Amino acid sequence: MDDMMSQFLEVFFEESFEGLDVMETALLELDSGDADLETINTIFRAAHSIKGGSATFGLGEVSEFTHLVETLLDEMRDGSRPVTAEAVNLLLQSVDCLREMLNASRDGGEPDRQRIEQLGRELHMLRDGDGGDGAGIPREEGETTAGEGEGCGWRIQFRPHANLFQTGNDPVRILRELADLGEMEVTADLSALPEFALMDPESSYCAWQITLRGPASREQIGEIFAWVEDDCDLGIEPLAAEVDEPEAAGVDQEGVEAEKSPPAIESPTDTEPAGSGTTPAAKPATRRARAGGEASSIRVGIDKVDDIINLVGELVITQSMLGQVGDRLEEGEEADSLLEKLFAGLAQLERNTRELQESVMRIRMLPISFVFNRFPRMVHDLSNKLGKQVELILSGDKTELDKTVMEKIGDPLVHLVRNAIDHGIEMPEERERAGKSPVGRVELNAYHKGGNIIIEISDDGKGLDAGKLLAKAWEKGLLPEGETLPDEKAYELIFHPGFSTAEEVSDVSGRGVGMDVVRKNINSLGGAVEIESQPGKGTRLTIRLPLTLSILDGQLVRVGEQTYVLPLTAIIESLEIDRRNVKAISGQMELYRLRDEFIPIIRLYELFGIEPDNTRLDEGLLVIVEGDGQHLGLLVDDLMAQQQVVIKSLEVNFKKVEGFSGATILGDGTVALILDISGLIKLARARAASMPGEAA
Amino acid sequence: MASILAVDDSASMRQMVVFTLRGAGYDVTEAADGEQALNLAKSRKFNLVLTDINMPKMDGIELTRRLRALPAYKFVPIITLTTESATDKKMEGKAAGATGWIVKPFNPNQLIATIKKVIG
Repeated sequence: MDDMMSQFLEVFFEESFEGLDVMETALLELDSGDADLETINTIFRAAHSIKGGSATFGLGEVSEFTHLVETLLDEMRDGSRPVTAEAVNLLLQSVDCLREMLNASRDGGEPDRQRIEQLGRELHMLRDGDGGDGAGIPREEGETTAGEGEGCGWRIQFRPHANLFQTGNDPVRILRELADLGEMEVTADLSALPEFALMDPESSYCAWQITLRGPASREQIGEIFAWVEDDCDLGIEPLAAEVDEPEAAGVDQEGVEAEKSPPAIESPTDTEPAGSGTTPAAKPATRRARAGGEASSIRVGIDKVDDIINLVGELVITQSMLGQVGDRLEEGEEADSLLEKLFAGLAQLERNTRELQESVMRIRMLPISFVFNRFPRMVHDLSNKLGKQVELILSGDKTELDKTVMEKIGDPLVHLVRNAIDHGIEMPEERERAGKSPVGRVELNAYHKGGNIIIEISDDGKGLDAGKLLAKAWEKGLLPEGETLPDEKAYELIFHPGFSTAEEVSDVSGRGVGMDVVRKNINSLGGAVEIESQPGKGTRLTIRLPLTLSILDGQLVRVGEQTYVLPLTAIIESLEIDRRNVKAISGQMELYRLRDEFIPIIRLYELFGIEPDNTRLDEGLLVIVEGDGQHLGLLVDDLMAQQQVVIKSLEVNFKKVEGFSGATILGDGTVALILDISGLIKLARARAASMPGEAA
Repeated sequence: MASILAVDDSASMRQMVVFTLRGAGYDVTEAADGEQALNLAKSRKFNLVLTDINMPKMDGIELTRRLRALPAYKFVPIITLTTESATDKKMEGKAAGATGWIVKPFNPNQLIATIKKVIG
């Protein structure tokens, strides 16, 4: 493919994926029976754009497949085909298939050919109403067969109709083009020209007799006249063979034919060996990792950009204002009178900076509907498959969150919604027996709270069974046989690695990704997930996520001369240590007793090998933090300010260090490391294990 | 420098067309649908209009019809972009007053060759 073309590919992909989303949403609307023409038109247009673009950008396979889809839609559009559930389902599958094909093209992978062919056949079958003779995707018909024995040239009669000019066509252009094909003689026929006084300057009166000598084919000439065919009388006859050599002309003509053989379409299926059709369908499309991982482009509303430009403008004003103060100081003006101006300027600078920061952060924020939008389709498919009736309610889908967070929360959410439908919602009969509506409800809700975004997934299904969970935990040895837990704690068991409550592993939920992975993913984003459930009433999962990954509300703590940052969200409380509550077990491990809970103490100075103010527990402060579902007490010398810090990646700037999630630069220019609670837990465990305990 | 109005609702196609034509030295203005194109065409005169057929708001056929009705566009070449399957669209375009068509898919060289033929 041309290099020139490849630079538009990225735009094409982005736009096509959007088009597919549009198609999907609209198709789901069609499904519910309110098929208005505009909806079908919208779907058609999206398909049409994908077809045109894919053909232009050399994705022949995509274009051919979309052609089938488009044909079907066209018939629906002009009313010659009813909108059936069957057709809509097939179209939905085609959307999936196209998405996969486009992904494969973009990432250099292989699409699932068998599926494409299968869908192609089904589309054909639906269209033709018969077996569609098993043909997969039709090839475009071959080029017109080589012209009839033309030899050395053509005699052409060209008599434009009076209205030729009205279409913007110009006979001179046509004659010029003909001249490029060979040696041309033209005689103008002016017999139709009226008297000057009667002449309409907007009409065409001339006609031409053209003799063209050369190896041009009839198609080439026809092509030149294609636009005006209906606006003129045209006669094209081969010249009687003269003394010229017909052999050579024949060869030449073949060359010409080859040159004009089909343009950009280059179907990968053509170049594949025939055996490739038998590639196992189960084999997933292999994908080359995209360079830079998730660092793809982002679409930003123009208002957000305008905001920033506006703020930068103000920043420039502030800068010039401060510059003036500086100049006047230099000129020896009284410092006192300028001090006020300086402070005013600095205050303005601070405001500008803060606003600019907020605006820039807003660029990365996208409405959560980007994630939510995939659920109607998923719920539709899943409930069909399971024979359940499910109503999906989405609210707060305009709530914005950071694009990176969004990309990472998508899969966990899918898993949770799947779980809600698969395990939560009962079969319609069962629901009726329990006195509930046969239609189950799954609700997704998102809203902002403090510096967090909260996403709730709730269902009105059968709820969790604490007894069953406990039994399972005993069976798996996760809990000593017979030990019980309060219900809330029992529910938490589902997040335990290797815990699955599905009695049978269904192909819906049991994909080897458990709730433990969901929680791990959420934790790795600096978030948390909580579960509430009521037997017979339903289950609600609440996910709390930071709005962004690049700024953190931090608590600065001091250990000796070092300053560390603790994520504020991880801190439960801070306290002065009462020695009486400290219990030492097996020498190294110290526990702090806090309201009937024993919390392991980590002496940060020990862990990091630095010189503290003191090593006595009761002279320091204990910060109780939570990570990976457990509590931990960190011994620090002092608590300092709370402030927002900008997270700098250690991996990018240095290397990954266990126990730290990143670093930041403080106001005085020093670097402070940001503590990673789960990393600290691991470090402390490793340390405890490597140090044989001494008897206390 | 000849001026061209390029109309297409697909950003990638439009970018390709615009990039190609600018590269060939034309002065190109873009529009994302017929309505936008018509307003632009009224505000200044273009030497050629290149338009997609299927577009939201106002399609290429209607745009052609409206342009031809404007005195300034009576003889201006209007070329539609159509897919090979849509033979009737070519004719519909012609009937609305289009000069001719370019069949999708086309590559940049084909595009430039066609435009050159029409406005040099």
